[in-house]
Formats: sequence, structure tokens, C-alpha cells
Amino acid sequence: MLAGGFLLPLLAGLGATLGAAAGYLPGRPLPETPSLQPLRSLLAEPGFLRAVGQTLGTGLASTVLALVLAASFCGLVHQRLPTRLAGRSLAPLLAAPHSALAIGLAFLLAPWGWIARWLSPWATGWEFPPDLPLVQDPLGIALVLGLLTKEVPFLLLVLLAALAQLPVQEDLQRARALGYSRAKAWVGVVLPRAYPLVRLPVLFVLAFSLSVVDMALVLGPTQPPTLAVAVTRWFLAPDPAFLGPAFAGAALQLAIVLAVMGGWLLGERAVAAMGRAWLARGSRGGAGDPWLAAAGLATTVVLLLGLLALVALGFWAFAERWPFPAAWPTEFSLARWTNLAGGWGEAFGNSLALGAATTAASLLLAMLWLEGEERGHLPRARWATVLVALPLLLPQVAFLYGLQVVLLRAGVGPGFLAVAWAQALFVLPYTLIVLSPPWKALDPRLLAVAASLGAGPNRRWLTVKLPLLLRPLLTAGAVGFAVSVALYLPTLFLGAGRVPTLTTEAVTLASGGDRRLVGLFALLQALLPLVAYLLALLLPRWIWRHRRALAGGSA
Amino acid sequence: MRLLPTLLLLNALLLPPGTARAAGDTAAEPAPARPWEEVVAEARGQTVYWAAWAGDSRTNAFLRWVAGEVRERYGIRLEHWKLSDTGEAVARIAAEKAAGRDEDGSIDLLWVNGPNFLALKEADLLYGPFLGSLPHSRYLDRSPGSPAVTDFTVPTEGYESPWRLARLVLLYDRDRVPDPPANTDELLAWAREHPGRLTHPDPANFMGATFLKQALLEQVTDPAALAAPATPERFAEVTAPLWEWYDALRPHLWRQGRSFPADEFAQRQLLADGAVDFGLSFDPASAAAAVREGLLPESVRTLSFEGGMIGNFSFVAIPYNSGATAAARVVANFLLAPATQARAEDIRVLGSFSVLERDRLSAGERALFDALPSPPGLPTPEELGPVRPEPHPSWMTRLTRVWKERYTR
Repeated sequence: MLAGGFLLPLLAGLGATLGAAAGYLPGRPLPETPSLQPLRSLLAEPGFLRAVGQTLGTGLASTVLALVLAASFCGLVHQRLPTRLAGRSLAPLLAAPHSALAIGLAFLLAPWGWIARWLSPWATGWEFPPDLPLVQDPLGIALVLGLLTKEVPFLLLVLLAALAQLPVQEDLQRARALGYSRAKAWVGVVLPRAYPLVRLPVLFVLAFSLSVVDMALVLGPTQPPTLAVAVTRWFLAPDPAFLGPAFAGAALQLAIVLAVMGGWLLGERAVAAMGRAWLARGSRGGAGDPWLAAAGLATTVVLLLGLLALVALGFWAFAERWPFPAAWPTEFSLARWTNLAGGWGEAFGNSLALGAATTAASLLLAMLWLEGEERGHLPRARWATVLVALPLLLPQVAFLYGLQVVLLRAGVGPGFLAVAWAQALFVLPYTLIVLSPPWKALDPRLLAVAASLGAGPNRRWLTVKLPLLLRPLLTAGAVGFAVSVALYLPTLFLGAGRVPTLTTEAVTLASGGDRRLVGLFALLQALLPLVAYLLALLLPRWIWRHRRALAGGSA
Repeated sequence: MRLLPTLLLLNALLLPPGTARAAGDTAAEPAPARPWEEVVAEARGQTVYWAAWAGDSRTNAFLRWVAGEVRERYGIRLEHWKLSDTGEAVARIAAEKAAGRDEDGSIDLLWVNGPNFLALKEADLLYGPFLGSLPHSRYLDRSPGSPAVTDFTVPTEGYESPWRLARLVLLYDRDRVPDPPANTDELLAWAREHPGRLTHPDPANFMGATFLKQALLEQVTDPAALAAPATPERFAEVTAPLWEWYDALRPHLWRQGRSFPADEFAQRQLLADGAVDFGLSFDPASAAAAVREGLLPESVRTLSFEGGMIGNFSFVAIPYNSGATAAARVVANFLLAPATQARAEDIRVLGSFSVLERDRLSAGERALFDALPSPPGLPTPEELGPVRPEPHPSWMTRLTRVWKERYTR
């Protein structure tokens, strides 16, 4: 049931997109045979090839770099830094929506940004912002950096979780005893065992980086933009003539993501083969450790940039005047914060309501799913894992607009409900991923004891299972809420622009003329999920303040 | 906030026409035949959906004020339907017509001009003529060719009512540019001397397209050609001097002309940072307003070229399928009231110049305008100089497309 409900909208959306790309455009007379017209109009768009090249370049570069950096950093800090501490210090970056981080990075890196201000004019001689493409550069370096600030913490977290399941200490000691450097032991012995455990998250990162829209709108190249951004623009264009290239581009985006993922899986084998050959040679020499240190330093820089970006948002949000090259605002003001009606009130309310609604629905569905698996004694099928992950593996532009067309045909207009439903497609997978391990790890003897004491299934559920799982439930809820707040394209497409949220407003304003207002929206956007995380951390402590084992320590 | 026009279009095509409001009021009636009091009486209780570009917070605030006033005075509920591009509304009305939704359409009043007006008028999608039925139209100069009844060279024939004056100005910081250029040739010379200090919004945005049109008007050898629709052959011939000028200018632009600010507001931010030395606006009061809001330094002034700058009237039109034409006309008439126009001209409110003829106002009405404050940065009408009429709408459409083909690799 659940699986069907999940699969259907995706397939319908994809089908509508592919159909339209083949010439069956919605709202037009149907051609008798498939037409190449949409594809031709796509190829004729100025800058089309460059857009595809930028998509491939930024997507691959950011994924490979994120993986290398996260893996190296793990090698450096593993068992030197408590996992829990690492997890918590990464929380602001993990919680912050992509668009908020992107806006913050622009505030940091742009020619008028914070870093240029700190160095000007004493070191640079710049009285005015220099005419340099430091963000929205044609090569997409700023976009790659932006993706790294988000993906490196994510991969660090999943890697640390994977390493916790492996006998890393023993492996490392054996390798060191055989004379390998820490770096080589790490790369040759530990990572090959950890990688299969994080393959799916890595594929998420790859698919996401290839098709990201909100971050690319703020940091990515503009003339032309990446393919996903160009497709979004065509879908948004007032002239319906752009629907042809938009649908063809969406189909192409899907093909690109699938092809690159296939290539990635082949690449894994090639790397594995080369790695085996390298290991078989058994060479102990070579200085791996400095490389590890360099990668660790680069990771630190990326993480610091991300955190500073969030701080920069805070300064702009409260600034009144901040002329270049002043390092700090010359005047502060609360004027925009107090203007609720003409400003952020509606967007804040929508973000909150959507987050609450989708999180509650997703938690409920996730619990039903897990409970169903458990009562039916069913192991999680591989297809189910992939199915749940599907919305995270497919590019959003490839099915969301098509989905909207299908919904309209079914008589469901754009609005709050459509947005909430589309968001749930992305929130549910995350809640399920977070909730599954603790659910399965629950000691069945506790329930058996309750049953032997005469508690029926419902009572067992309410008085034993729910309290025991309160902390993971809240954590899954916080993750789901953070995902909902951050979603850009589902909100934009399914709401037809009439359900403004902090995220859609922040991205729209980011290209405009008032950084103070952009800062306010982006800061609120970054704070909302963080508050949810904090609640998930603190609520169990307060509720179970007399039950230390339940209050739990680890985040 | 962006709307999704094509989505809304699909919405109109795929959903049955709404029947929420009582249909069939005055749409077929010749407007001037009825006394105005009857129109006002009928308007009471109606809801007007005003589709209007929402990119400017001051304009949005002004629309909120208008909504409060017409509710109080006429019992009309006015809702601002926020657009990021007026083309969205045009697509929507066209889609409603295609879907046979000829009554009770979703838009009752539309802020429109130029190519969008022409598209609506040619497709017969407008209600009217109605301008003559508005009592306050007596304050307008309605002689043929007057800007109040001409939209981008197209006679409005009573299908549009003006409500604010838009004219292009450049913004510059007089501390950084003490001797600003007086025309586009001097602008080119200035850019050569100051590489990287000039830019313009992306021509996909109307402000970027307007910059190109201003240059076209100055560079073209035969300005009269621009009054007629652009054909492919005429276009290539007439615009040749423009592209020559632009090819010379582009390497000296900010980012070597490879990247452009998205709109006038993004460019204003660059001006505020000092990253570039010029901004653009359709609102002569925008510099003074932005200074007040802390968005620009106090040394920013407005600049008009010596031969005059492009100007046009902003209009409101009523879609043919509006279910609230009486209330829409009452709102249009309210916008033309001297007190409304004086409020719009107030720099603290909107700062857009009045569309009314001064000599048609009574002494008391003129006093409303004379009492308005005039802070530094606000140009006088003399400083603004003459208004250059817009070319025929087809030139703008083609300019934008050809620019993209020439300069996006």
C-alpha cells in the first residue's frame, strides 16, 4: 500500500515529463506521432552544451571532493574525537538548508563579501568591490564549494556511523603492525570496508549535486546556468513556448543522473581493482600522511567557511547600513524584524505549518511501515530500500512539474495541500532512514516482559515502545522538519508560487536588491531546523529527567 | 514571489470554469451610457483581483493602502494578485479564453503596458472602452498621441487607464562620477576610461531591455522607423548601429559583459557597494527613496541624457471576462483622483510622478502637489528633460531575443 502510494506519483510525474519531452505537451493538441520538436528546441537554446558541461563538472567535482575530504577527515579524527561531539558540532551545517548556506557563502565570498571586507583596503587596496567573478563564476567553483559545505558534513556523519559498526581499531592496529602508515592503513584497510555501508548516501550526494537548483541559483554560473537551473527557468517562463525545451531538458537531466550513477558504479569497480593491485604490491613506503593532513586541513576550511557563512547571515539580518569596505555594519536596525505583515510573517507561518504537517504525517507513516514489517516478521527487501530512496535519487526537475500536470488533470489545483503532499515524498524517506536502525535495535525482551505481564498489543505499544523510542522519534522528526523547511522546487512547483515559504522567498530575494532582507529570511530559514534539532535533543532529557537511561546521552 | 504562469494556464485549461461568483453583469454594456452613481452602487460588495507586478515593496505598500481606501469608501474588496512578470497574467487570460471561461475570470484589473497590452488588445481580451466613463479622466490629456492615451506607440482607445508615470533614469554617485555622461556615446567613452564600472540588468528583465531600447533610440539613424512594427529585415537594418555600439561597449562592462545583475534592484546593490557606478530605474524618485531606506549612500543622484529618456505611462486594464467590471472601474477612477495621485507622488510613499495635467486641476488640488516635500536626490521635472516615446512593442521582443542569441555562448 505504502509502497504503491509512493511509487505512483513518482511514476506519474516521470511519465508526464517523458511524454511531454516526446512531444505530448499538456494543454496542446496531441500530435499523432512522437515529435522531436521539444528536443530540437532544447538543442537550439543558446548555451545548451555549456550548461550540460557545467552540470557534469560541478556535480562530479563536488561529489568526489566531498567523499575524499570526508574520508580523509574521518581518518584523521577517528577515535581522537568523540563521535557524539563531532555530530553535534556539525549540527548547524547539517540542519541549515542548502539555500541558506548558499546565501551565507555569497555574503562571505563575493567581491563585496565579508572576506574581501576584512582584507580591504589595507591588504588588497580595494576601495570598491573588485570586478572578479568570485561567486557565480563561469567554472562553478563557488557552487562546488557551496555543495561541499553541505555534503562534507553529511558524508562525515554517515561515515562515522558506518565506522562505528566496524572493528576499525583492530584493523588499524594490524595494518600498523605490518608497517603501513596511518594514511595507507586507512585507505587500504578501513575505507574499502566502510564504503559499501555509505554507498547509498554517496549516490544521494551525486544525484543531488548534479541536479541542485536553489544553491545553483545563488552560487552557480549564470550565462548560461547549469541545466537544472535552466530547466527550472523555462518551466517558470511566462511564455508557454518554453515548455518544450523545459520538458526535454527535464528528461535529459534524468538521463544524465542515471548515466552518471551508472558510470559511478562502474568506476567503483575500477577503483577497487586498482586498489587491490596496489595493496598486493604491499609497498610500505611513500608519504601518505601529509596528504591526509592536507585533506584534513581543506575539510576544516570548508567546515569553517560554512559556519562563518551562517554568522554572516546573522550580521546582515540585523544591519541597517553596511557600506563597503567596512568589516562590520555601521548601523544596526530591527526595522525589518518588526515588520511582520509586510515582511516575513506569512513565509514563516507557511514554513512552520508545512514542516509540522509533513513531519507528523511522515512519522506516522514511517511507524506504520516499521510496525508492519515487524508484525509480519518481514525483512526489509532491497527493492523497498531503493523505492523509499527514489525521490532522493532522481532529479527533482525530472518529475515534479510532470507531477503537477497529473494533479491538475485529477482536479487538484496548486496550493498548500499539494505542496505538503509533495514535500512528504522527500520527508518520509529521511524519517524512515533515521528511524529504522533504533526501531530494529529495540530489545524484544522488553515487549515480551510487558506481554507476559498481561499488556495487549496497543498497551505495549503505548507504554513500552513509544517511550523507549521517544528519542529516535524526535530525532527523525527533527530531520524531517529540516528537510521540509529546506525544500525549494517541490514548494515552488506544487504551490505555483502561491505558498511562499522562507526558502522560496529567500532564493527569490537573493538575486534582488536588499541583502538585509535576504539575510533575515536566510537566517530564519537556518534557525528553524536548528531549533527542531535542539528540541529533539533537549525534550527527552526534560521528559525523562527522572529516567536517566531513557534520557540518553548520545545524539 | 514568482507565479507559475504556464501552470496556471494548464490550471485554466484542465479545470472546469469556476462558478463561485454570480456571473453576467455589465460586460456587454457600453460603458459611458450609465450614470457613474449606478456603477458605484453596483461596485459595492464586489471583489477586484488586481494582478500587478510585485517586485517593488513600496508599490506593494501603496496597493495595500488603495485596498484600504476603496474598502472604506466604496465597499470594494481589492486583492493584490502578485506577479513577478506581467506576461503571467496575459497567459492566464488567454488560457481562460481558450478554455471558454468567458465570465467571472480570475483577474479583474491588470497593471499592464507595452507588449503585454498589445498582445491582449490584438487577441480581443480586454473590456472596454471604459476610460471615457471614468469621471476623473477629465484631468487627463486625451488628445490623440498624448502619452495618457498612447502605450508604446499603440493608441489605447479607451481600453487602458493611466495611473503612474514611469520614466527611465540613471542613478549615479556624484562623489564617484563628478561629470556624468550626457548620452550613450559619452557613456561608451566613459566605460572605456573606467572598465568594469558599468553594467545593465540582464535583458531578459524589462529593465535590461529598456537600457537597450534607450541606446537604440539614440543610436538609430531613423528614429521614425521604430514607430512601426519590426519586421525581420527592417530589424537587422535598423538595429545595426546599436549592435556596433554594444559590441564596442561590452568588453568594458562589469565582468567583461559576461554576467549581468538580474534586475534593477540587484544592480542598485552593486551601486551601493561601489562595485559599479551606475544604476537604472523607471522611477525618478527611486534614488531619493533608496537613500531614505538606507539602501544607497546619500551622494547618489539621478541622471537623464540630454536628448531625453524613455518614458511611458503605467496603465490599468480590465480583462474581457472580469466579473467585477464596475468595481474595477471604480478602482481605476480612484487611482486617477488628484488626492491619490498626490499621495503616489509623495516621495515618502511612492514618489512616482502624477499622470494628471496640472492646468486641469483646481487651485485646491494643485496645492496638494505643491505641499509635497522635495528632499535632495529628487530631480525636478526640468532636470528630467524631455520624454522619449517607447518604440513599437515588437522591437523590445526582438531586441531581447537577438541579444540573447548574440551574447550567450
